[in-house]
Amino acid sequence: MEQPTPAFDEMLRPDGGARKAYSDYAAWFEGQQLAALRKKAEEADAVFRRTGITFNVYGANEAEERLIPFDIVPRIVGAKEWSKLSRGIEQRVRAINAFLHDIYHRQEIIRAGRVPEELIAKNSAFLPAMIGFTPPGRVYTHIVGIDLVRTDDDEFYVLEDNARTPSGVSYMLENRETMMNMFPELFSAIRVREVGSYPKNLRRSLEACLPQGCDGRPVVAVLTPGIFNSAYFEHAFLADQMGAELVEGHDLRIIDGRVAMRTTQGFKPIDVLYRRVDDDYLDPMTFRPESQLGVPGIMDLYRAGKITIANAPGTGIADDKAIYSYMPEIVEFYTGEKPLLANVPTWRCAEPDALKYVLANLKELVVKEVHGSGGYGMLVGPAASKAELEAFAKKLKARPGNYIAQPTLALSTVPVLTKAGLAPRHVDLRPFVLVSPNGIEITPGGLTRVALKKGSLVVNSSQGGGTKDSWVLED
Amino acid sequence: MLGRTAGGIFWMFRYLERCENMARLLEAGHRMALTRNTGSDEEWRSVVTTAGLQSGYESRYDDYAAAHVVNYLLRDKANPTSVLAMLETARHNARMTRTALTREVWEATNIFWMRMKEALARPVRETDLPGLIAMIRQQSAQVRGALHGSMLRIDVYNFARLGTFLERADSTARILDVKYYVLLPSLSFVGSSLDNVQWETILRSVSAEHAFRWLNAGDTRPVGVAEFLILDERFPRSLAFCYQKLFGNLCYLEKDYGQRMPSHDLADEIHNGLQTQSIDAIFESGLHEFLTDFMTCNARLAGQIERDYRFYG
Repeated sequence: MEQPTPAFDEMLRPDGGARKAYSDYAAWFEGQQLAALRKKAEEADAVFRRTGITFNVYGANEAEERLIPFDIVPRIVGAKEWSKLSRGIEQRVRAINAFLHDIYHRQEIIRAGRVPEELIAKNSAFLPAMIGFTPPGRVYTHIVGIDLVRTDDDEFYVLEDNARTPSGVSYMLENRETMMNMFPELFSAIRVREVGSYPKNLRRSLEACLPQGCDGRPVVAVLTPGIFNSAYFEHAFLADQMGAELVEGHDLRIIDGRVAMRTTQGFKPIDVLYRRVDDDYLDPMTFRPESQLGVPGIMDLYRAGKITIANAPGTGIADDKAIYSYMPEIVEFYTGEKPLLANVPTWRCAEPDALKYVLANLKELVVKEVHGSGGYGMLVGPAASKAELEAFAKKLKARPGNYIAQPTLALSTVPVLTKAGLAPRHVDLRPFVLVSPNGIEITPGGLTRVALKKGSLVVNSSQGGGTKDSWVLED
Repeated sequence: MLGRTAGGIFWMFRYLERCENMARLLEAGHRMALTRNTGSDEEWRSVVTTAGLQSGYESRYDDYAAAHVVNYLLRDKANPTSVLAMLETARHNARMTRTALTREVWEATNIFWMRMKEALARPVRETDLPGLIAMIRQQSAQVRGALHGSMLRIDVYNFARLGTFLERADSTARILDVKYYVLLPSLSFVGSSLDNVQWETILRSVSAEHAFRWLNAGDTRPVGVAEFLILDERFPRSLAFCYQKLFGNLCYLEKDYGQRMPSHDLADEIHNGLQTQSIDAIFESGLHEFLTDFMTCNARLAGQIERDYRFYG
């Protein structure tokens, strides 16, 4: 598709010179042979395959495991830009946790008229089971992923908050590992902030939220839906790196008022459960009765303070796409400060005027399902055919409340290595944030997702996107 | 460790062992088929029988042509215990128990599967067979090497070994049982070329021809072959060797967990039997009966370990 305005290239200025953050990298790149770099890229693929860093595609049969394409050109963010970004992220994450506490207690923000009541009450992500309950350490979102896009030298927008079970952190770590193996010389020449302590920090952060009455070192387990889940690799990876057990629902049972896992020596109680299972499946007695993935009765024990669940159930109310458009108000309400990070202007199609505007300008907009994720059910107006636009307009009119719309941002580009050398491709960035009673910790960098098709704005791995190692430079 | 993980590891190594045994069996069958002047179908039938897959095979093929047998055992989708299917299960288990394995063991297993999947993507021709068998052997050795070289000697390792040796003991006993009659000191066979060839098949099926010669040069008694494969603790595929190992692995668990389980008693009993019995006594009471009884006990032990260590619930 054609860009209305040329996108911001993070590596190169319009005159072809390298920007400051990329100056050392560009100098190194000058001295490289394209053929040798292409070969390195192939080696990287082989490493990922051998290591089993694959993801499963829902509904795909034979070719069940795929690699997420990895591009060897790093995404580089300067120290100053990062420090500004991280202040904004911290503010936003603080607000999200305050919002969650409020929404499950006094709901001051609704009383103050800043967020409409029906948005909460009618939202399936709002869990009545959480009303009046405060999770251990008062932390709701132990792990958050904030999706950012950049449009200019100085302009970042939050595209989406991921406050349920954000994934991708294993790619952040493995991408770095791979880059250090392939290009050690780059890391001796350029001071890049390390990301490798994430699993250790995650463990410490989870341990800091231990339930009351837990003495000694808490037992931490990662709950996975199982080997066929698209993010299984990550679940196993994190459990391994944290030294935690990787459990499935059928390993768990409630014994003597504790959630316990079946070990070779009998049942052993768990103190902190980092669950990578959606709320709906967590407890068949409270939520979906047919779920095989969770633990019957775990919500009762949770409310009795016998176990910590991370992230807390019901956090989805904070990252719902319908709530997203209220984030500036939410940040201001709880922090008393102006938001440091901008929201993308959003039309809520539930509002008649907004719907009218969206229908009239569909070709210029990106329309998303309120409850969708992973790029499914999304319309990218400028890239859509006439027939697709018409079909989508029909869906919109039928259920306007199901959609929000945003302008097509001129997402920044970072070069990828192609057969012909470097070529710009659109990217986003998902930094990972840990929350504990001791504070908020942001890993410098995150996961850069890149749309590998020329001109494409869809970076989701389920839609053909790839990843890059993301560097934050030392000051 | 989780019971499910222990079970996953146990079965992962059973399947890996079975893959390797299948390769040995195919190699021996192929060799016999090549060196015999009469038709080779009998050899291939015997391979299928030893693998315990006769009924599945016969529902698919009317003959025992080399190409049919080889493809059935290695890659046929209709055969749930083809080498490829077993490798897939082993790798599935490795993924499931990924956190209990070292990166080396996982990668070796994953590479094994990747290579075989590629090599077995198309029907196997006879010319490919030696290369494929060598590959299975080599890749198995990689996994084993990674296991020995990188794993902590804790419960995880011991469950892996329990799986290996239970499977191996079963396999050796089965190979002996299918051909037990050629080992009987029946007058009509003694000295005939038939039994020489048959003993050789047995030895080759467990890659023991060299080992047997090394220790027993000149021994041409069929009872010698049986004694070697059942009672010789020096040979790593003999029943006695397997039980010496199983005994050790279970002792470790008993000490580590501080609890003696019914499986320990059962293993002790089988182990003692192998240590105290003479080959003459075994022949006296019937080789076939001994082997059948052994396989039953071996399977019972596997089931008891499963229960004692809560593999499934």
